[in-house]
Amino acid sequence: MQDNQIIIRGLSKAFGNKVVLKDLDLDIPRGKSVAVIGASGTGKSVLLKCALGLIEADSGSIRVDGQEMLGASRQQREETLRKFGMTFQGGALFDSLTIWENVIFRYRQGKTLSRDEARDYAASVLAEVNLEPRVLDLFPAEISGGMQKRVALARAIADRPEILLFDEPTTGLDPITAGVINKLIRSAVDRLGATAITISHDMASIKVIADEVAMVHNGRIIWNGPKDKMEDTGNPVLDQFVHGHPEGPMTPSSDNG
Amino acid sequence: MNILRITGQSALGLLAQFGKLSLFTASTLFWIFRPPWYWRQLLRQAVDIGYFSLPVVGLTTLFSGMVIALQSYTGTERFAAEGEGSVATVVVLIVTRELGPVLAGLMVAGRIGASMAAEIGTMRVTDQIDALDTLATRPMQYLIAPRVMAATLCLPFLVLVGDIIGVFGGYIVAIYQLGFNQGAYLESTLQYLEPFDVIIGLIKAAVFGFILSIMGCFHGYHSGRGAEGVGRATTNAVVYSAILILVADFFITGIAFMR
Ligand SMILES: Nc1ncnc2c1ncn2[C@@H]1O[C@H](COP(=O)(O)OP(=O)(O)OP(=O)(O)O)[C@@H](O)[C@H]1O
Ligand SMILES: [Mg+2]
Repeated sequence: MQDNQIIIRGLSKAFGNKVVLKDLDLDIPRGKSVAVIGASGTGKSVLLKCALGLIEADSGSIRVDGQEMLGASRQQREETLRKFGMTFQGGALFDSLTIWENVIFRYRQGKTLSRDEARDYAASVLAEVNLEPRVLDLFPAEISGGMQKRVALARAIADRPEILLFDEPTTGLDPITAGVINKLIRSAVDRLGATAITISHDMASIKVIADEVAMVHNGRIIWNGPKDKMEDTGNPVLDQFVHGHPEGPMTPSSDNG
Repeated sequence: MNILRITGQSALGLLAQFGKLSLFTASTLFWIFRPPWYWRQLLRQAVDIGYFSLPVVGLTTLFSGMVIALQSYTGTERFAAEGEGSVATVVVLIVTRELGPVLAGLMVAGRIGASMAAEIGTMRVTDQIDALDTLATRPMQYLIAPRVMAATLCLPFLVLVGDIIGVFGGYIVAIYQLGFNQGAYLESTLQYLEPFDVIIGLIKAAVFGFILSIMGCFHGYHSGRGAEGVGRATTNAVVYSAILILVADFFITGIAFMR
């Protein structure tokens, strides 16, 4: 039997009367990289946030290493959260802190690092995402959007978490930087043995980073399997997404309903 | 029928909001007293509130003290009360009991409460608050507790400075405009200066600081989505702080002076 690190069952979430997720099931195998795809507004970001308990789901179950997250006590939740590193769709860097303070924000906790040691460590993590030390003392508002994404990535991996969640890590980047980030995610999974969930719209990235693909549509996972099988599943929705046809079962209105 | 439904709905909404606010306040108080304490955050807020609000509070209390001196002079003239004594009394009483704390509270609500709501609201809509959570830091403890602590501790200090400046404003008008005798005016001021009045004023200040920071943080923390949400959070923070400060002022005054 496959060893699943995250098991999601019957997850539902509505905002007011707008149903976003309904009865969603998804398994994330340990040490694998899973790409979550789906049209804009289908609830992919909401899915990740529910998995971490940042948004309270209406019903369902999310187990991480067997630990139920929904309705868990604060301590249990905080303990489980320590296994995760996440990047947000908009970067979510702390604007009042410098780049290096952002990067070591969590790594520094509970350690007695001198300022220089902390800065050096930040520089070494930034080097992993191809950023030069000259950005260390800048503030997030002073660097480009693509650099912000890389800093966010550095912040997420700085403490070497077991599970990595990336919300559209390459959207809006040039192909070269996107390629660097794809390789980085792949190597985090291969080298550190992390489990990764990446939301992406970009078929080229998915081919690099993912072992498995899960497609969200109408609040559910409508297809889930190894990435090399995704081209010819016969599933009309997935086909439309993979090949980018404007006509098909998936129309913008049915998703944003 | 329709009116009933609308009233019912808004009553329920108000009740829900009140419940949320109570929970938020309780949770803030809970985290204020638990380690770790983020001293750097606290210091930064304290400097922003206590130091950078000094000009605003100083100017408002200065001119208010001056106006009260003028008003009490033209007012008491009608009753032929002797000058120095009554003007000095009115100035020192009104400034320490009322105008010092209330004006400082309202000005700081505009300055600090609004910026707290805007800053925390922006952090909410850009996912920075969620990011804190994933970086093993409790937002209530890192963002909210230091702000509320700093505002509650700094407002009495601001008000104390404001009291002094306000009384000084009254003095300037009394001496240079109304031509009162310097020594007699100072003597009456000191004679009618009650420690109790000043202390109640400082207690008011602490309560107002708590109110305005809780309102700023609460509205920012529960900010709606987008720039519009942050804008609304900021407005609400200022409006509700101002109302609550005046309501609290009434009750504290009632409890303190009506025995
Ligand atoms: N806090 C919230 N309050 C109300 N509605 C929300 C909230 N968060 C998300 N939604 C709604 O949930 C739906 C799904 O949003 P989500 O951000 O998860 O989409 P997504 O799949 O990540 O899209 P994209 O690919 O564009 O990022 C959207 O219609 C959005 O308006
Ligand atoms: Mg999204």
